[in-house]
Amino acid sequence: MADQKLIVIVENCTGCGICEGVCPYGAIEVVDGIAVVYENCTFCGICVESCSFEALELVGGEGAEKKEAPTGYSGIMVYGEVLNGKLSRVSLEILGVARRLAEKRKCDVTALLIGNDVKRFAPDLIRYGADRVIVAERNDLDRFVDERYADIFSKVVEQYRPEIVIGGATAVGRALFPRVAAILKTGLTADCTDFDIEEETGLLLQTRPAFGGNIMATIKTEYTRPQMATVRPRVFKPLPPENREGEIIEFHCDGYSPSFYKAVIDVLVTEGENVNLEDADIIVSGGRGVGSKENFKIIFDLAKELNAAVGASRAAVDAGWIPYPHQVGQTGKTVSPKVYIACGISGAIQHQAGMKSSDFIIAINKDPNAPIFDIADLGIVGDLFEVIPELIKEIRKRRGN
Amino acid sequence: MIDYFLTEEEQMIKELARKIAEEKIIPKREYYDETQEFPWDIVKVMAESDLFRIFIPEEYEGLGGGVMALTLAVEELSRGCAGIALAFAGTALGTFPIILFGNEEQKKKYLPRVASGEVVAFALTEADAGSDAGNIKTRAIKDGDHYVLNGTKQFITNGGEAGIYVVIALTNPEKGARGASAFIVEKGTPGFSFGKKENKLGIRASATRELIFQDCRVPAENLLGKEGMGFIIAMKTFDYSRPGVAAQALGIAQAAIEEAARYAKQRVQFGVPIANFQAIQHMLADMAMKLEAARALTYQVARNIDKGNTKIAKESAMVKCLASDVAMEAALNAVQIFGGYGYMKEYPVEKLLRDAKITQIYEGTNQIMRNIIASQLLKEVR
Amino acid sequence: MNIVVCIKQVPDTQDVKMDPERGTLIREGVKSIVNPFDLYAIEEGLRIKERMGRGRVVVMTMGPPQAEDALREAIAMGADHGILISDRTFAGADTLATSYTLAKSIEKLGSPWIIICGKQAMDGDTAQVGPELATWLNFPQITYVSKIIDMGDNRIKVERLTDYGYDIVESSLPCVITVNKEINEPRLPSLRGMMKAKKFKAEVWDSSSVEVDRRYIGLDGSPTRVVSIFAPPVKKGGEKYHGEPDELARHIARKLEEIKII
Repeated sequence: MADQKLIVIVENCTGCGICEGVCPYGAIEVVDGIAVVYENCTFCGICVESCSFEALELVGGEGAEKKEAPTGYSGIMVYGEVLNGKLSRVSLEILGVARRLAEKRKCDVTALLIGNDVKRFAPDLIRYGADRVIVAERNDLDRFVDERYADIFSKVVEQYRPEIVIGGATAVGRALFPRVAAILKTGLTADCTDFDIEEETGLLLQTRPAFGGNIMATIKTEYTRPQMATVRPRVFKPLPPENREGEIIEFHCDGYSPSFYKAVIDVLVTEGENVNLEDADIIVSGGRGVGSKENFKIIFDLAKELNAAVGASRAAVDAGWIPYPHQVGQTGKTVSPKVYIACGISGAIQHQAGMKSSDFIIAINKDPNAPIFDIADLGIVGDLFEVIPELIKEIRKRRGN
Repeated sequence: MIDYFLTEEEQMIKELARKIAEEKIIPKREYYDETQEFPWDIVKVMAESDLFRIFIPEEYEGLGGGVMALTLAVEELSRGCAGIALAFAGTALGTFPIILFGNEEQKKKYLPRVASGEVVAFALTEADAGSDAGNIKTRAIKDGDHYVLNGTKQFITNGGEAGIYVVIALTNPEKGARGASAFIVEKGTPGFSFGKKENKLGIRASATRELIFQDCRVPAENLLGKEGMGFIIAMKTFDYSRPGVAAQALGIAQAAIEEAARYAKQRVQFGVPIANFQAIQHMLADMAMKLEAARALTYQVARNIDKGNTKIAKESAMVKCLASDVAMEAALNAVQIFGGYGYMKEYPVEKLLRDAKITQIYEGTNQIMRNIIASQLLKEVR
Repeated sequence: MNIVVCIKQVPDTQDVKMDPERGTLIREGVKSIVNPFDLYAIEEGLRIKERMGRGRVVVMTMGPPQAEDALREAIAMGADHGILISDRTFAGADTLATSYTLAKSIEKLGSPWIIICGKQAMDGDTAQVGPELATWLNFPQITYVSKIIDMGDNRIKVERLTDYGYDIVESSLPCVITVNKEINEPRLPSLRGMMKAKKFKAEVWDSSSVEVDRRYIGLDGSPTRVVSIFAPPVKKGGEKYHGEPDELARHIARKLEEIKII
């Protein structure tokens, strides 16, 4: 019977306690100078990596065959997401990092478009770094139906066998990529913030945040292919577009006839308030200090002036002043705009988790002790109701209005 | 940390009440204090969590907990907001007459309603009858199979919001103290209306209104106990509910100490946190000592009542008086420790001060409490 | 007519931080909680049962023995039954192996009407188990559901949150949905629920109770592996200004000009 274990190699264990310190689950402790593993160990392996004395070993089940990675996979595939008739910028950002990886792996970059009437985006993908673009067009693909897209995606992968597949961690990406990964029975790492190629093995090193961003983890997919990953918008920058040569290949496959029924009946675009925070260059965000639904107008006014998206802290959303799609934070959206202006937001850890990777953070708050000031690049101690109108004036002045 | 050796069920009730206070009450307390709106959404949460079942006997869809369980719940809720907690505590006060003196039909009819979250009010006080409760003028005149009520009650907690009212009225004015009776009156009964909501210093989330009876016909079956038992019912009810007022005060005092201590640790003056200064430390120590003493006595009285000890009028008065005085002092000290910030509405302690005051006044002023205590004591000592 | 809710017990992420200097985790007493998004899933399961007047809310969790506490919280909220899927061989699972094990367990449970998951877990933050679970079961999936518009024995119509607004999606049942916070307000446990929860003992399914292919469970079934952890870059605060509103506004405007926003 297969029985995986975390083994303490007693001769090597010095009782230093590093393993105890790194375990997120409290499952290992130093007792009488030796590490002891408890029942709640989840075999995450973090302690094994942290031990300097090689005193810990994760042993797989008895039935574990010596694994080998499948051969015949090469190249990097990037998913070109088309949303509401537009090519998502995150696809171009990923092409940028894909090129860098391709250089190290000495391979090609392929982009994949799935949808209806999406071939017209292929030239852009090539300009931004794709060596070729596979276009899977079909009438029934004009709206994102998870299962249909996943079916085609997996068939494309089975045919073209890319070693690495990367897509945006968008609402679509987070629904599509896990389904594809499960169809292909391969590993998927979500929300990656960095990639590299491991020298000795050529494996993709995937770095991502965990525990609400309190920890960064590096992950490998050793024995399955492709190595799949999603990337948060605005983490990478697209390469400057070039006049490049590239192949455009049409991919045909039969319609998908599953045993179940699924359809997107209607597509509702929220007008005006620009809820696509993940894509925004600038976000103006309001918190408890705003005080009421009516008062949020001042946040919207400033956002309008800067052509920015509007965000909110959980306090503001819970109080009913602004709808949930605007919520930034651990139980809302994670954003990293160029500029994040936090107005009347105290900056609780859960909110910080959602915005601390912004390029430049400006905080306006009456309370000089608000935690937001610990991470704000520019801290303004003042009343948002007085500062924002002045700011709007200043912006207009400088624009020459 | 002192262990009160709570039973599993008591521990559960305490934890649940605390959870409600932290997640539902504290985020909204400023709003309700400001607007004086009745916190129906929080009452709904309390009801759905079965809090109202705590003090209702099992036979009537309650959980059969006693005064101790009620005390624990009120203390935790009041730590969140004494005003909001009062919607619950005031209901318990109004329900005790029915639990203690109601007949089978009355209990069957009304207690399940309370168990599922209906708010209740107790009406004794009048414009000329506060401490001098015997001076009430509201009349109840028998007419066939009804009593006709005429008069006005004042400063009634949950007035206007409650669906069920227990009203003390004179059936026999010549008999003085033995001439009052207790009636259950439902909202919506013709001839029963309400005055405006009072604009109060503290416990502003609690609705306080006049009750106006103008030829209000109440069915005779709504008489609690017998004619003439009115004041006995009221006094007995207060024995049960005074630990509840004490619990409210304990919650306020607890909040005061926590806020003050937390603030003292982070406020830096003269280069150090003010928590380093003995003056502050001594204030905190006094607050803590007195709170712990008041709490221990309150719990002891609650347990006595639950064990069937009915001779605790003196001690009930003690805990009400002691805890409320402690709460007032703790709140005052908390504001003092906060300094200038303590005076500002943006900080939570000025509200504690405003809320604490009433606990020294209602359900018998602390002066009356001292009278009761002294009179009992003098009877007991040979 | 099982309304299956898959939940996870996670460490309270507030308690889990890295000391950037020592590269070790700082834990202030690891408090385990029910994954916050899963509370919304449990609540929705309870509401479906109340709305439809039928169905049995079965909460399942895969984890070590202490994960029973998470099931207990669900029982206190009103869930009908709780199943703990626990075995040494299941542990060490990444999302693929976890979703496989859950799928096999749901197959064993039988009669799924709908399967509800929270949008994502606060430790892994991947949001992958829901869709992968649906794939193993060959059920349709709808992620980021913010409202159930209509539901019957065989069909469901929902609102799902997208990057631009909402889609209205229809699907046959059974299907897997993942829910976000817009969908409801989770109830607090009731005292009667808490009393029931006190007496609750989870039904435990181990590797002998659930028919699984050993290749897909636990460490062996996990294609991804964590090879190292480190502290995120520490964001430090910059200049802080006090002053009159117009001065302050000028500071901001100047900075915005500097970084070419205006």
